Amino acid sequence: MNAIELNNITKTYTTKNNIINAVDDISFSVDEGELFGLIGPDGSGKTSIFRILTTVLLADKGTATVMGLDVLKDFKAIRTIVGYMPGRFSLYQDLTVEENLNFFATIFNTTIQENYDLVADIYKQLEPFKNRRAGKLSGGMKQKLALSCALIHKPKVLFLDEPTTGVDPVSRKEFWEMLKRLKTQGISILVSTPYMDEANLCDRIALIQTGKILEIDTPQNIVNRFDKNLYAVKSKSMFNLLNDLRAYSKTESCFAFGQYHHLVLNEKYPDINELKSYLKNHTEIEIELVKPGIEDRFMQLMKK
Amino acid sequence: MRILKFLLRKEFLQIFRNKLMIRMIFAVPVIQLILLPFAANYEMKNINLCIVDHDHSEYSRNLTYKFTSSGYFQLTAIADSYKKALKVIEEDRADLIIEIPEGFERELIRDNQTKVMLIANAINGQTSGLSVSYANSIINDFNSDIRAKWIQIPRINPQPMIEITTSNWFNPKMNYKYFMVPGVLVLLVTLVGFLLTAINVVKEKEDGTIEQLNVSPIKKYQFILGKLIPFWILGNIVLSVGFIISYVVYGIYPAGSYLLIYLFAAIYLIGLLGFGLFVSTLAETQQQAMFISYFFMTIFILLGGLFAPIDNMPDWAKILAYLNPVSYFIEVMRMIVLKGSGFMDILKYLGIISLFAAGFNLLAIFNYKKTV
Repeated sequence: MNAIELNNITKTYTTKNNIINAVDDISFSVDEGELFGLIGPDGSGKTSIFRILTTVLLADKGTATVMGLDVLKDFKAIRTIVGYMPGRFSLYQDLTVEENLNFFATIFNTTIQENYDLVADIYKQLEPFKNRRAGKLSGGMKQKLALSCALIHKPKVLFLDEPTTGVDPVSRKEFWEMLKRLKTQGISILVSTPYMDEANLCDRIALIQTGKILEIDTPQNIVNRFDKNLYAVKSKSMFNLLNDLRAYSKTESCFAFGQYHHLVLNEKYPDINELKSYLKNHTEIEIELVKPGIEDRFMQLMKK
Repeated sequence: MRILKFLLRKEFLQIFRNKLMIRMIFAVPVIQLILLPFAANYEMKNINLCIVDHDHSEYSRNLTYKFTSSGYFQLTAIADSYKKALKVIEEDRADLIIEIPEGFERELIRDNQTKVMLIANAINGQTSGLSVSYANSIINDFNSDIRAKWIQIPRINPQPMIEITTSNWFNPKMNYKYFMVPGVLVLLVTLVGFLLTAINVVKEKEDGTIEQLNVSPIKKYQFILGKLIPFWILGNIVLSVGFIISYVVYGIYPAGSYLLIYLFAAIYLIGLLGFGLFVSTLAETQQQAMFISYFFMTIFILLGGLFAPIDNMPDWAKILAYLNPVSYFIEVMRMIVLKGSGFMDILKYLGIISLFAAGFNLLAIFNYKKTV
């Protein structure tokens, strides 16, 4: 049985002037015990998918199941076996850490003691602050508390909507380590993130853009499909460099990537010297052949 | 039951943790009950009077004296022409002008009749109406004084006379506060029950916590009861605090039974909490909820019969007043507090308010289903 299954799910929002396809005919499935990532920019429809799967939003078309339960017919049963952590911090800010956890344990008809071992790792870090109000916690702490609250009833499937957005790099790293440990407990996890570096930590990922899935595979396979040479280019005047590279007749694509511009040329064996002479106006030029990442593949897919 | 208990515990934790809120809940009734009845007083005193005396006679002086000694009027200006007197009104130094014509005394003695002109500043309709009627009664009084002086009372009264004496039943001294305090108390209970519920539920929406609750096995009735019960209790606490203040500060206590008031308040609060819940299903943010609630509160207050009697309203406003639950509670409160009405007397109102309670709650539950 698949932990999560979506078949041709479609959701449109109608505003006064136009119709937005938030989720456009999406189908995919997540295996039991898998850590599955939805990778896409803001507004690509990730949150809508989460809300449909957690039964708080109705899809216009298509069917979806969570642990074999239909999101329409068995919504009550689904609500008892999933843990949902919305993208926005949504715990009671005026209650303390302990009170929040206790509250969420109770409404799922359980107690902190009963499932303590599951949250122990995470909650131990929070325990020194257990009498502090949730609103007064730091960003990373808030996320840990939210994860604890989503886990306290021992869900079979965990939905994490952008859990690391706005969290510092150290906490992000810790957070993903926790997810890996949870996976070993047999919990299936669907997680979304706009950060491409986090995509590598998932078992499989779906690249998603404007409500459509571009590609689903393991992070490695997705990177492997990037079949062109990728160059990182740098010079003193990066803005002019980007314009010049895009104007270059042999350029297939070029976009800013950190301190460099990532450049793909449309020839199989490109002549770098020719490129160098094209860029003779620029000083301090660096051109390097680099390994592509998921983001490069994403940009390539977006072009198509 | 365990879940409901926890929801209530959580709600009370949040209410008591909100220091400002808890202070307001107790400070508002105290301050409003102490301030409002003193400020919102219908009795007019110190009406500013301007006299234009063209006669300068004994009689005109007597009339002036009668006005100033009545306790209602204060002579703030004396003008020698009507034009100048109008200027005084324009400068807002007078509410009423009395113009005594030349030959006032002479005509009164010779022709047995004369004229006096009253000009009232009608910017504030209530002030002008009251000041004219006070002035009328003073002039009448003056008139009968003269008659008494002139006419040697014969053995048999030539003219049959009806003397009118009035007695104010249920409020013999026409103590304005007896009438005002119970009404203000109703408004306070309404404020707590209606406004706080509406805002509280919307806060859960704004904070996103309602989303977490939705993705949980929590049942709708549990959620709604978890919201209604705390504010129902708070409403009753405010009512009790109000009664204590009424007794301590004004010595007001119901001629009827407290129990009956609490019975009515219990059903009334269920209705208003339902209405608050309904507003919360309409609003997405606390700001919206505040604005919608404020809109309804204003209507509730103005058409509730607290300040303007419902009997005085035009027909269309009467219909609105009958649709206003607050007007029934104010009515019942006054009946029980002033008149000592019993259960059978308020049975009709109990029935009406029960209908409101059922209606509002059904509306809220129906709408809640649709939006979430």
